[in-house]
Amino acid sequence: MKLTQVLIEALESLNANKMRSGLTILGIVIGVAAVIAMLGVGNGAQASITGSINDIGTNILFVFSGNSDAKVRNPRPLTIQDAEALADIFAAPSVQAVAPVVQGQNEISGGGQKSSVQVSGVVPVHAQVLNESLSEGEFFSEANLLGRASIAIIGQDTAQTIFERKSGLVGETIRIDGQPFRITGVLASKGGGMMGSQDNRILVPLTTFQARLKGGANDKVNIIYVQAISAEAVPSAAEEVSQILRTRHRTEVGVDDFTVFTQQDFLSTAQSITGVFTVFLGGIAAISLLVGGIGIMNIMLVSVVERTREIGLRKALGARRGDILTQFLAESSLLSGLGGVIGILLGWLLALGIEQVSIALDTPFKTAISLDSVLLATLFSAAIGLFFGIYPANRAASLEPVEALRYE
Amino acid sequence: MSETVISAKNLTKVYKMGDMEVHALRGLSLDIYKGEVVAIVGPSGSGKSTLMNILGCLDLPSSGEYSLDGEQVANLTDDQLADIRNRKVGFVFQSFNLLSRQTALSNVELPLRYAGQVEGRKERARQALIAVGLEDRISHRPYELSGGQQQRVAIARALVNDPAIIMADEPTGNLDSKVGQEIMDLILTLNKERGTTLIIITHDPRVAAQAGRTIHVIDGVVEGQEQ
Repeated sequence: MKLTQVLIEALESLNANKMRSGLTILGIVIGVAAVIAMLGVGNGAQASITGSINDIGTNILFVFSGNSDAKVRNPRPLTIQDAEALADIFAAPSVQAVAPVVQGQNEISGGGQKSSVQVSGVVPVHAQVLNESLSEGEFFSEANLLGRASIAIIGQDTAQTIFERKSGLVGETIRIDGQPFRITGVLASKGGGMMGSQDNRILVPLTTFQARLKGGANDKVNIIYVQAISAEAVPSAAEEVSQILRTRHRTEVGVDDFTVFTQQDFLSTAQSITGVFTVFLGGIAAISLLVGGIGIMNIMLVSVVERTREIGLRKALGARRGDILTQFLAESSLLSGLGGVIGILLGWLLALGIEQVSIALDTPFKTAISLDSVLLATLFSAAIGLFFGIYPANRAASLEPVEALRYE
Repeated sequence: MSETVISAKNLTKVYKMGDMEVHALRGLSLDIYKGEVVAIVGPSGSGKSTLMNILGCLDLPSSGEYSLDGEQVANLTDDQLADIRNRKVGFVFQSFNLLSRQTALSNVELPLRYAGQVEGRKERARQALIAVGLEDRISHRPYELSGGQQQRVAIARALVNDPAIIMADEPTGNLDSKVGQEIMDLILTLNKERGTTLIIITHDPRVAAQAGRTIHVIDGVVEGQEQ
């Protein structure tokens, strides 16, 4: 029999039991929709995290003290002097700019409000290296740095907490650890990414932090951001930075007491984490697809028993084993195929819904339905229709015509 | 009546039911000639249903030889048997056995579909329905037809593929006597017009009386024949 004929007959017979076919399809719809939506969320999370890592800046290296890969005795902290050495154009020709940061969690107050906020001591080049932009005011100058000026740049959320507004704040005074700082700028909102809010923080000049704030007593810095001159120069910049620090820290051969991390390292770490996350979500969703498949098998088995006489008659009229097999496989594939198509649409809607919820919860991220996940879900549901259809179809095809015709 | 259509020699059929062996046929032999109308009668349990299944190629004998329209049937595979049923046998059942969701035309087309025929299929099915007097019921479904009309559809389905034999198993069993007689008249007329060999399995002596020959089957063997 021709394929179209087979499909039409399969449709007719599914149509004869609308309720039953509908519920069976629903099982597959839920499974496929769950897979599509979960893969969408996973891919979206990955894109969002990748995005926020890329937002940090371009061609950035992160230099930390300590090394998780090796046993280091007495690791030396990174210092301002280390940062200055890295900026040496002859020793490190691949380095464009160096931005050391000293950080602390400090008490801030103003306008009768109190809060504990992350305060960072930064250098003027920080704005360029880390893509910081201001919604008002100006970034620190070299003169501010030299003069240890008591000035601060604050994030939008911090501004909202302390002053209950986000603009018109230049010239206001805020107290950090009880000391007054004049506000000279407000950071533009970076939004809350998957890595937490970037808008609840305060920047002060590095020298001011060291001189006046808690945790800034010596030359120690928490992290040094290094910008390479180009994307291609990132590996050589990493090598130059390591070489300089090894010399300065007099480390044993092969045992660095610091870690140089490139943006690419961060990206691949984050991607492997979100990859696991995606597989995990997709796996759970796939279980419901499996359950839907078992539903198909169940219904097909019932259908074979109910139609025993019909099968016997068809065999008496000359249907071969293969004809019966094809007929029942067509029905199960149609069930899973229809379920797959509806499920893809529903999953897409579900992903859009999750996106809306994430916006409402103030942690917006885009879900990403990729062609891959659509193909995967389609193939998977078709395979499930065939796999779970084969046993019932085979049962139907192996019926003896004499027995089947006698069946009441 | 010279050409044999059915030639069966020493057919036996043994069923296993638990530990017991049931001998449904015990060395039955018979010949049926082209164009004949033969009634097979016998009490229930006599083996006549088993005989019909074997003659209609629904089942294989345990031993013995059987040739249908010149083809040896023993030792064929399931698919080869399906082919022979499709080409050489038309079945008419007591309970009609039509596909309830499909129209009369689709029901009649079914054997042609399994024969792989595409071209002219609908036209052949339509001609068969006209031959049984249902030209105005072609696109009706079985539940829209009376019992007699349903049996006519089944007859059209049996002869659409021009089979060598038509096996009718109690064809009038589910019909009242008037309609039953109409059906008998129809299949006897078709037998005369087309020369298709007709084998009727029946309990009903009035039906058997209309056959050219009656074969009595008792305890799995032929006990007697009357012309």
